[in-house]
Amino acid sequence: MYHTEQPRRSTRIELPKSPTGIQGLDEVTLGGLPRGRPTLVVGRAGSGKTLLGMEFLVHGALEFGEPGVFVSFEETPGDLVQNVASLGYDLNDLRERNLLSIDHVEVSRSDVIETGEFDLEALFIRLGYAIDSIGAKRIVLDTIESLFSGLMNTGILRAELRRLFFWLKDKGVTAVVTGESGEVTMTRHGLEEYISDCVILLDHRVDDQISTRRLRVVKYRGSVHGTNEYPFLIDETGISVLPVTSTGLTHTVTSERVSSGVERLDAMLEGGGFYRGSTIMIAGTPGTGKSSFSASFVDAACLRGEKCLYFSFEESPDQIVRNMQSIGIDLTPHIESGLLEINSSRPTMFGLEMHLVMLLKEVRKTQPRVVVIDPLSDLIAIGTTRDVKVMLTRLIDYLKMNGITTLFTHLIHTREAVAPADLAVSSLIDTLIQLLDIESAGERNRGLYVLKSRGMGHSNQIREYLITGDGIELADVYVGPAGMFMGTARLVQEARERAGAEARREEIAFRQRELERERIAVEARIAALQAEFASQEEDVRRMISAESRQQDIIDADTRAIGKLRRADASDDDKKVQATRGETGEEQ
Amino acid sequence: MTDGKNENAEDQRSATDEFEMALERTDARYVLRLYVTGMTPRSQKAIENIKEISEEHLAGRYDLEVIDIYQQPERAQEAQVVATPTLIKQLPLPLQKLIGDMSDKERVLIGLGIQEKE
Repeated sequence: MYHTEQPRRSTRIELPKSPTGIQGLDEVTLGGLPRGRPTLVVGRAGSGKTLLGMEFLVHGALEFGEPGVFVSFEETPGDLVQNVASLGYDLNDLRERNLLSIDHVEVSRSDVIETGEFDLEALFIRLGYAIDSIGAKRIVLDTIESLFSGLMNTGILRAELRRLFFWLKDKGVTAVVTGESGEVTMTRHGLEEYISDCVILLDHRVDDQISTRRLRVVKYRGSVHGTNEYPFLIDETGISVLPVTSTGLTHTVTSERVSSGVERLDAMLEGGGFYRGSTIMIAGTPGTGKSSFSASFVDAACLRGEKCLYFSFEESPDQIVRNMQSIGIDLTPHIESGLLEINSSRPTMFGLEMHLVMLLKEVRKTQPRVVVIDPLSDLIAIGTTRDVKVMLTRLIDYLKMNGITTLFTHLIHTREAVAPADLAVSSLIDTLIQLLDIESAGERNRGLYVLKSRGMGHSNQIREYLITGDGIELADVYVGPAGMFMGTARLVQEARERAGAEARREEIAFRQRELERERIAVEARIAALQAEFASQEEDVRRMISAESRQQDIIDADTRAIGKLRRADASDDDKKVQATRGETGEEQ
Repeated sequence: MTDGKNENAEDQRSATDEFEMALERTDARYVLRLYVTGMTPRSQKAIENIKEISEEHLAGRYDLEVIDIYQQPERAQEAQVVATPTLIKQLPLPLQKLIGDMSDKERVLIGLGIQEKE
């Protein structure tokens, strides 16, 4: 179920409440109006008081099994029936089924003469009669202040009204009492003095020719309630209140990834794409293909079988479908299968808040997994920066809370390759992809980079992308000492590099062959030298052995002579012995 | 001089006569409905007051119906009665509503069209 505001503790014993069945109002009041007590609804003419009352009764009768009485002091039953018929409610049918009773109480001063003391017992009896006849649990008094214009004696009137509200409480019916806003007091005749259990203020403001309706629960005795001003909408389905606050940073996150629909862009985001439930912004100058990225993303989501809601503030659904066909993305089958819903409206049609109310209403109805807002800047243009930030925070929180992956496009007007610094909302964005428009060498090319992507390592490269007949394709961007090359310049540069590489490859092969030849020559020289050395070695060895043999002979001769002479060993002998070393043991 | 006085007296008489005659001419039969809430002191006071005024000014040519809306709540709705007691002069036309206990006799007479507004 889609949730918005929840009580912090559910263990608290809450006042019994009557659900209104009005979208959002039950969430703001955490369950509805105080059961068995009167609630004051205050607003100027045309602020939706009567409708709120009527919806309270109709929903009560149809959804909660509580019949109701509508006491109109202004409109005739015929008018009432007609007015709400446009919202699809058949009041006559409800009356026939005893689920609704309408009593028109006509009060006009012109035909009344006061002749002394009186009371409003007749009104009590009429209300009591109407309540009892259908067993009503709910009652609406619209607008009881009309009595002040019909009766002169306000002293009696005030006392009787006080009694009336006590009486209603006594009856145990849940009452909605409407009142006109006053200049000094909250209501023109100070009804808030009598009804203090629950007071709801409806406001209808027009700023810059754009109207916004707002609702605020001023007080709610004995119950917690949302205290903000909530924008609300009156359309063909009645009132819807937007109980969206920016208090919730409690959404659970997932590490599941969803594809961006552009393969190489996914690769730049750790290979997986965006996180599910994250908020993505694609920012770029005009003509950089923001909508094409959106369409790729939506196409991929639909192919995964996920429901998508596409809000366009610039193009009609047909126009989007046609334009995307030209880049090979066919959205028609997705629309036909009901997976994709394109919602186009002009940003100037409503105020910012009304847009967001509409947006969220659609989101609630469709319950998509993916939402695209194209472009966000159009919404920003109709509000002040502060308003935009507040409202977008609400919107984003709501979408995140429900795990919806949201893609915004944002039009920036500067040609600077920097983040949209003017953008107050950039801090709310998880993944920001910047599209660049790069002019060089007489042509305009497109580049993109991931400015930030929370919670993932992402590529820091600037990539060139091409919008082709088969969708978006990413190319490498040549970045070198000569600067960045894109488009034709990139192709030229690439060709130049290819040629250079070829030349280098040939050069290397040539050098390798050269080296081989050199090696062979050197090896041959080494072999020759080794052969020469070997023969020289042989000669020397031969000479050494010849010499040593000759010496042996001389030594032997010397020793023989010495023996013959019986001489001491002469110096010469010692010399010989030393030369012969250990071999002298034969002595 | 005396003639003049007489003439004046004649005029006054004839004016009253004319008014009386006018009333008879229209055959002004009064149909009055008094809506009360049971026999509360205020209800009783209203009934007494209206009876007294009617007997005094409309003797013989009025119908007074006293309706207890405790008994017949739907009639309060039909007649658009909000306050009690309420007296509705159904006839002669125009329809006129008087609320209160009928103690302000002058306003009752004005409301019933018996006495002109000053």
